[in-house]
Amino acid sequence: MSVPAELRYTPEHEWVSVEGTSASIGITEYAAQQLGDVVYVSLPTPGTAVTAGEPCGEVESVKSVSDLYSPVDGEVTEVNTELEDDPSLVNAEPYTAGWMFRVKVGQDSNGEAALPPDLLSPAEYEELTKSAG
Amino acid sequence: MTSFAGWQMPLRYASETAEHLAVRRAAGLFDLSHMGEISVTGPDAGAALDYALTGQLSAAPVGRARYTMICAADGGVLDDLVVYRTGPQEFLVIANAANTAVVHEQLRARASGWDAEVRDATGDYALIAIQGPAAASILAPLTEIDLSAMKYYAGAFGSVAGRRAWVARTGYTGEDGFEVFCAPADAAGIWEALAAAGAPAGLIPAGLAARDTLRLEAGMPLYGNELGPDMTPFEAGLGRVVKFDKPGDFVGREALAARAAAGPRRRLVGLTILSRRVARHGYPVLEDGQTSGTVTSGAPSPTLGVPIAMAYLDAGSGADAGSGAGSGAGSGGEDKPDLFVGIRGEAVPANLTDLPFYRRRQ
Repeated sequence: MSVPAELRYTPEHEWVSVEGTSASIGITEYAAQQLGDVVYVSLPTPGTAVTAGEPCGEVESVKSVSDLYSPVDGEVTEVNTELEDDPSLVNAEPYTAGWMFRVKVGQDSNGEAALPPDLLSPAEYEELTKSAG
Repeated sequence: MTSFAGWQMPLRYASETAEHLAVRRAAGLFDLSHMGEISVTGPDAGAALDYALTGQLSAAPVGRARYTMICAADGGVLDDLVVYRTGPQEFLVIANAANTAVVHEQLRARASGWDAEVRDATGDYALIAIQGPAAASILAPLTEIDLSAMKYYAGAFGSVAGRRAWVARTGYTGEDGFEVFCAPADAAGIWEALAAAGAPAGLIPAGLAARDTLRLEAGMPLYGNELGPDMTPFEAGLGRVVKFDKPGDFVGREALAARAAAGPRRRLVGLTILSRRVARHGYPVLEDGQTSGTVTSGAPSPTLGVPIAMAYLDAGSGADAGSGAGSGAGSGGEDKPDLFVGIRGEAVPANLTDLPFYRRRQ
């Protein structure tokens, strides 16, 4: 199971990729495997504010529905409209074509993207999925 | 893998959607060894089952199967069953895994006055199902049983891949297919033989998730969802399993007769959800802002490409009184849906749809 080294993670199984102050977000391969075939993704509307740790959408699979949590604070700038026609991208390519939404985050005092301090490193996330069995 | 009634079961092998579609288009292989097998044998075995169950098993010829139910004295459903008559004085009762202990206990108690032996034989059997339009052509070269002569809901003893088995043309998918009951020690060999023989035709192993969406499309009830002790077969639209015209008394007769005369309190219907969101077990059915029923099972239908559900509607609710089912677009016309389902706080439109959602080409 893949946990790309360049990403950050949450205990709710989202990943975050940061470029400047733009954070791209999706769910991990582990999450996609646990959910099974994804059939519908409800995403936040561009322009709305999201809060780290708060639900901002839903992921429906054949067997279940799960809340999608925002890993960061900020404003939604873009969503992956490809998922509307092909939600199975979440299963097939969770870290690339299966991305879900982008958020413009604030800057810290160094001019870097202001991210919640409790995001997990790849090693920490991998540990979490292992202990979850 | 998932825990299911004390068994470790595969929810899916890879993609449940691919597994579902393989069963509809080619074939799928299921490990159903969790199902309970209870043997009922002896001179009075048929008579004892006539008393214990809603069906008339004594009238089933040897080599035939019956879909039937075991009810409590109040008419509530304790389990739905497939019963095979494997010999003149031998029956094999197939119970849902979670209900095997209850069914065994009830059959023992109900057979106590008869010359019949009731035994929980679950440990004697593994159960492998091969289901789908290609099932017969995959299985045929591996058995000497003449499958072309075997009718739906029939079975025979024979061998599969050189191992002794009871092979029956039954299933829970809405497709043609077979269920192979064998000794646990022979299960792996039979599984591997079927998997290898079927692979060129597109057979793949299928898990519990696909089994659930297949039976839902086929409009087949699942105990715990559409069936339970708080309802009779009549609510589920399965009153035909209650054979009032069989001789002698049977457990639940009085209560079931009263229910048949009074009409069901609820009615099981099919719903097509007019959204991509899925109506799931326990969600409320809404009409005019009021709750008029409850969803019992729901899933995105891999065959139809839309979410489908089964639901109980209260007797006398608007959609129950109307006869919208079957008109395709529903009774409400183009703009107005038949009813709504409350999906996590949102009223999502849905139309009544005739059951089953899917019927195989004969």
